[in-house]
Amino acid sequence: MGRYVLRRLLQLIPVFFGTTLLIYWLVWAVPGDPFAGKCGERACPDSYIQFMTDKYHLDDPWPIQYLYYMGHLLTGDFGQTFGGREISEIIAQAYPNTLKLALVALIIEAIIGLTAGILTGLRRNGFLDNLVLVSTLFLLAIPTFVSGFLLQYLLGVQIGIINPTVSSGAPINELIVPGFVLGSISMAYVARLTRTSIAENSRSDYVRTAVAKGLPQRRVVGVHLLRNSLIPVITFLGTDLGSLMGGAIVTEGIFSINGIGREVYRAIVTKESATVVGIVVVLVMVYLLMNLLVDLLYAALDPRIRYE
Amino acid sequence: MRVSKRASAAAAIAAVALVAAGCGGGDDDSDTSGNTDKTANGAITIDGTQPANPLLPSNTSETGGGDILDFMWTGLINYPPGGGDPVNAVAESIDTTDAQTYTVKIKKGVKFHDGTEVKAKNFIEAWNFTANSENGQQQASFFSDIAGYEDVHTEDPDGEEGPQKAPPPKAQTMSGLASVDDYTFTIKLAAANSIFPVKLGYSAYYPMPDSFFAASDKNEWGKKPVGNGPVKFVSWSDNVEIKLTRFDEYTLDDKVKIKDVTVKLYQEDTAAYADLQANNLDFQQQVPASALAGEKWKSDLGNRALDVPIPVQQLIAFPIYDKRFQNKDLRRAVSLSINREEIASKIFFNTRKPSTNWAAPGTPGAEAFACSTCKYDPEAAKAALQAAGGFQGEMVLYYNADASHKDWMEAAANSVASTLGIKVRAEGMPTFAVFRQNIDAHKMTGPYRAGWQADYPAAENWLGPLYVTGGGSNDGLYSNAQVDALYKEGSQAADEAAANAKFAEAIKIVDEEVPSIPVVSVSQQSGISNRIASSVKTNWVGSIDLSTVELV
Repeated sequence: MGRYVLRRLLQLIPVFFGTTLLIYWLVWAVPGDPFAGKCGERACPDSYIQFMTDKYHLDDPWPIQYLYYMGHLLTGDFGQTFGGREISEIIAQAYPNTLKLALVALIIEAIIGLTAGILTGLRRNGFLDNLVLVSTLFLLAIPTFVSGFLLQYLLGVQIGIINPTVSSGAPINELIVPGFVLGSISMAYVARLTRTSIAENSRSDYVRTAVAKGLPQRRVVGVHLLRNSLIPVITFLGTDLGSLMGGAIVTEGIFSINGIGREVYRAIVTKESATVVGIVVVLVMVYLLMNLLVDLLYAALDPRIRYE
Repeated sequence: MRVSKRASAAAAIAAVALVAAGCGGGDDDSDTSGNTDKTANGAITIDGTQPANPLLPSNTSETGGGDILDFMWTGLINYPPGGGDPVNAVAESIDTTDAQTYTVKIKKGVKFHDGTEVKAKNFIEAWNFTANSENGQQQASFFSDIAGYEDVHTEDPDGEEGPQKAPPPKAQTMSGLASVDDYTFTIKLAAANSIFPVKLGYSAYYPMPDSFFAASDKNEWGKKPVGNGPVKFVSWSDNVEIKLTRFDEYTLDDKVKIKDVTVKLYQEDTAAYADLQANNLDFQQQVPASALAGEKWKSDLGNRALDVPIPVQQLIAFPIYDKRFQNKDLRRAVSLSINREEIASKIFFNTRKPSTNWAAPGTPGAEAFACSTCKYDPEAAKAALQAAGGFQGEMVLYYNADASHKDWMEAAANSVASTLGIKVRAEGMPTFAVFRQNIDAHKMTGPYRAGWQADYPAAENWLGPLYVTGGGSNDGLYSNAQVDALYKEGSQAADEAAANAKFAEAIKIVDEEVPSIPVVSVSQQSGISNRIASSVKTNWVGSIDLSTVELV
């Protein structure tokens, strides 16, 4: 187990260098001079462009720039944006908000999705089953920006029970509606995945054995059925945290949350490679660590799974 | 000039402003006056965008940071809301006899927020800092009129692509700036320029306190700036909000009545709009494009909706360096074949007005800047095309696709195509940066969208930078010796009226030659909450005039 975790952690190193190199190259390949649009409808003074070019080594080819960047990064310096902001500060400010939002979304989707999935998986083809099928279909069909605007308008502007935008610091209670919006599509997947998994496993031998032994229904479902059925669902939820963080860009925009989605978007448009790489590196790390956590959870759910 | 970030991201170039609508004729409406007690301790929230750079007047050319600077600083002169001639602010007087040497006296007792007094040297040192090419400041070129500018601002001999670097400046100070005593200084220009004093209200000319020059890291200083205006800096949380509060020792006329101002930095204008509707936001400078369709914003906001004409124009500029566009009859033909009325009503829902002048309406002197080809006249257009000998191949109109220019540029292209019977289409370039890069490098192969926002309220600003040879934004490389000569005469005229007369003559030639096409002039659709009195005004750049805010 320890060796397995260590091996997985060591694998992060090449992934780290690979992704940063790739992203650096991709951002560099985006056309456009970062300073061409900075001074509005007139060309920037040469002295300004020269000053900035020297400061950020933009005259050098990208591999050299990458080496400069990595040199600084390995000493813990994420660098500065063209506007002179510390990128580490941007990351420190924006990440917690996005992470909070993604976690709220994950919790909402897990609670509602799992409940709906378990209930319908146990009683197939009933009224509830059809209701969940139709409503998940509905959720899947609505893009995030539609549900976001709709809830913002109805709850925030018309009824007035929430603030239309999230205030600074993004307190958890204000993130519930944005989290619901962000998690709504995955929620539908979780419900359907759980339903199918439960439905399949409820016909399996070990469940029949457990029932035959006379175990109470609660124990059959709660311990025997759920533990096995949850493996695909947990896999989905684990990787979903990563994609929720990456995909929060629309939700952050609608509810005006200071998160990484907007920062990354802005940085790509303005060719701030150092900012893009810094943010994405942390995103990749979160993604990989979540995957590791999910893999380790398997053993807890199914004792037959062993790590070597 | 300042470019609005939100504007380039969402259609409306927001900017300059004249009158706050909604205050109408009568002040007898009880709704228009505020509650004095509430106001004195009151706090408001207005919308903004994250400044691109630390808050330094020398390095800010976009409205996100520019609006904050304008709140926090007061320059030598102010541009009054409602248009008209500038009035003295920090300046006691600005005198000249020859339009070349100006003597500036400043008022005593005007203070920076750190308590130090504003003196002549604060202006001189700030200007020398900005102009010095070694400091690489975006606003350096605003000092190019002053004698000795070339000594502190050296140019790269072979352009920025070339291997050579610009030589270090010969001097650290411009010879044209001299201090007479603590409250008096003189500005000697390289050549006579009667318009120069009008520029002095622009943010590039703000004074800087001693703490700025003492700071080793100017960017760090700019994260907690110290100005001399009616409100002072409290805090700045990136992408979230900038907090300002009243500066109680402020001595000039434009004091603010409210206490605290929070500028909330929105990512999306639709989010700000939702807050405005829910009365969580007290002022939104430009409502989102989605609220303009069918005049939805007016029904949403009722009497909280303000329609403010602002001196901004959308133009289509010609790359005169391209042989195919060197025939002025062809350019006339294109201008005459654009149906501006239809674009203004169908695409902009009348939030834009068809252009009739070469300067935005409301600019002093703009009446004499009439545009004779700014009308839809298919017969005249066809005749002009014939006189030009037709057009070979396909004409492509370019725009930047990262803002909503697609619809109106396509409408213009269709209008030209159907009127002239030639092949015309509109094509988007992916980003504003790519677009500007091609324009700066003079590589455009067709007419392209251009937006111009005045830096200062003078007709000259619609002529000099755009159509005079070597003008800062004369991107199409239009050049006419007569225009240059008239412009020079106007600049050296004894007073502004004489100057404007010469500029009007110059624009007549420009009007003959159509180096670009004015299409629509812009107005701004703002909204206020039910917490503030509707007597609020916007300043000349369309941002809220804090001194007019009262709570109800």
